[in-house]
Amino acid sequence: MKEIKYVITDPEGIHARPAGLLVKAAKEFTCDIKIAKDGKAMNCKAIFGIMGLGVKKGEEVTITFDGEDEDKACETINAFMQANL
Amino acid sequence: MKVYEGKSVYNGIAIGRIRLFSKDERQVKRVRVNDTDAELARYEEARKKSIEELAALYDKALKEVGEANAAIFEVHQMMLEDDDYNDSVKNIITSQGVNAEYAVAATGDNFSKMFASMDDDYMRERAADVKDISERVINVLSGSSSSDLTNDEPVIIVADDLAPSETVQLDKDKVLAFVTVHGSTNSHTAILARTMGIPALVNTPVDLDDDIDGCLAIVDGTKGAVYIDPGETMLEVMRENKARDDEQKKLLASLKGRENITIDGQKIKLYANIGNIKDLAKVIQNDAGGIGLFRSEFIYLESKDFPTEEEQFMIYKQVAETMAGKKVIIRTLDIGADKQCDYFNLKHEDNPAMGCRAIRICLTRPEIFKVQLRALFRASAYGNIAIMYPMITSLWEIDRIKEIVDEVRKELDEQGINYGNPEQGIMIETPAAVMMSYELASKVDFFSIGTNDLTQYTLAIDRQNTDLDMFYDAHHPAVLKMIAMVVDNAHKAGIWAGICGELGADRTLTKEFLAMGVDELSVSPASILPIRKTILETNVKEYKADKKC
Repeated sequence: MKEIKYVITDPEGIHARPAGLLVKAAKEFTCDIKIAKDGKAMNCKAIFGIMGLGVKKGEEVTITFDGEDEDKACETINAFMQANL
Repeated sequence: MKVYEGKSVYNGIAIGRIRLFSKDERQVKRVRVNDTDAELARYEEARKKSIEELAALYDKALKEVGEANAAIFEVHQMMLEDDDYNDSVKNIITSQGVNAEYAVAATGDNFSKMFASMDDDYMRERAADVKDISERVINVLSGSSSSDLTNDEPVIIVADDLAPSETVQLDKDKVLAFVTVHGSTNSHTAILARTMGIPALVNTPVDLDDDIDGCLAIVDGTKGAVYIDPGETMLEVMRENKARDDEQKKLLASLKGRENITIDGQKIKLYANIGNIKDLAKVIQNDAGGIGLFRSEFIYLESKDFPTEEEQFMIYKQVAETMAGKKVIIRTLDIGADKQCDYFNLKHEDNPAMGCRAIRICLTRPEIFKVQLRALFRASAYGNIAIMYPMITSLWEIDRIKEIVDEVRKELDEQGINYGNPEQGIMIETPAAVMMSYELASKVDFFSIGTNDLTQYTLAIDRQNTDLDMFYDAHHPAVLKMIAMVVDNAHKAGIWAGICGELGADRTLTKEFLAMGVDELSVSPASILPIRKTILETNVKEYKADKKC
């Protein structure tokens, strides 16, 4: 199991479009990926859950990876967050 | 005649009959089914078909309104691929033994309620997206097509609200204008209407009575009004306005995509001036070759405290990325004089135009300057950014700026932060800079002449003072000679020179500027195409010969 924490810098927070891209990126992996804010964890491969968290700029999210390809997934999603959010 | 006022999202006039656009508010019936497996299969098929439709819609939108606006349909596809959504539908079908239509409607309701209850305007608006995708699936399930326009005559669409998919699906040739009772100027539909170039009003309290269906109406996007059953006089006036408008638009559209080249082959760059990130759409719509003056002070004026490096970086990056490789010249902060910002705590001055402003603030308070420079250098890794320093009078100021820039680069290196290598130039807006332009040119990458301040400092006239009108001459030969001198000195040193002041947009001077060899004109977005027209009609050699006679 791997975990990263990331503070959103995008002024718009996690909007529909980046949420969609995040889902796309997460679906590339077989491991279980969850995104959590304030202890509320959601499936990172489903767009409604991510949008439902209503993550705004300056808020921290915790993303956990659990499964066979967790190392690669963690690395890819981390890079995705840095570049897009 | 009835008149309603709303918020205009796209200027222009449309005259035609109203088509009242109402969603099929069909009640979805809850029907018990025995074969839930068959029902699940029906849902799966309808869902797949809906995703296919959305993919087609995405392609249509991509061609008509661009990638950024089309993205919403990709998001819609993902919503239909969402496991939580699908599980909810399937669960309702199997656990309650009901039809797929009902399960989708119930799921759509639940999910849209979740968004509607969020404490964020943007997320609340997404409730409409959930309803939109759910209705699509229900339409597929019940075999009814969405309300297409079947009339032959183009119409003015009047609706309570329009979903983005409804806007894009409408056949553009059959729609003269949109008027909606709800919706904001920033809704997807408003953005789409703007990109499609269709007059549109939102937030218009039209009484959606069936009687207005088929009525003659005028939508005036310039005034933000819709006139239902207008009188003959009104119609006549509007027809004339519309004809003028159309001709202008047609003319300008024909100029889009053309090169800025004179009859005798001289080229000039036409860039846009912008004062806010919101103006980016206009820059693109008007076919600007780049941004010649991005007034960064809006970021400071709109904040209550010094904007952080990160905030600035995100804005500069967005502009650079949106312009996709086209030049974006960002002027460092030009606060002071008539632009005041409380948190800077600037001292009161008797003569602020000649006081502590622009680069003078930056050089006396380098800690503020460095934040902006760091953001600019970092953002320049994402596009073609150039940095422009305002209010230069002396050579040592450039030397000092370079020292600070070197410190910034060094710090970024040490912190391992990526940055680009932007061009750096200066504004020529003081007579001192004009007189020193030859020497200054060897130290910078480009000049941009700020004619507003240059005129005021050269003529010693406060432009706000109307009592001095008889002494004020925008085309004063002293100013024109200065421009010519700056351009000559720039070329001698091998750098380019442009004009970003109001004079640059003065079409009576375009020929003169071409004759001087000005390399770039940066003007308000709306001025770009009219100036292009003047350039295309100019023969510089003939103009110069005529002048000599």
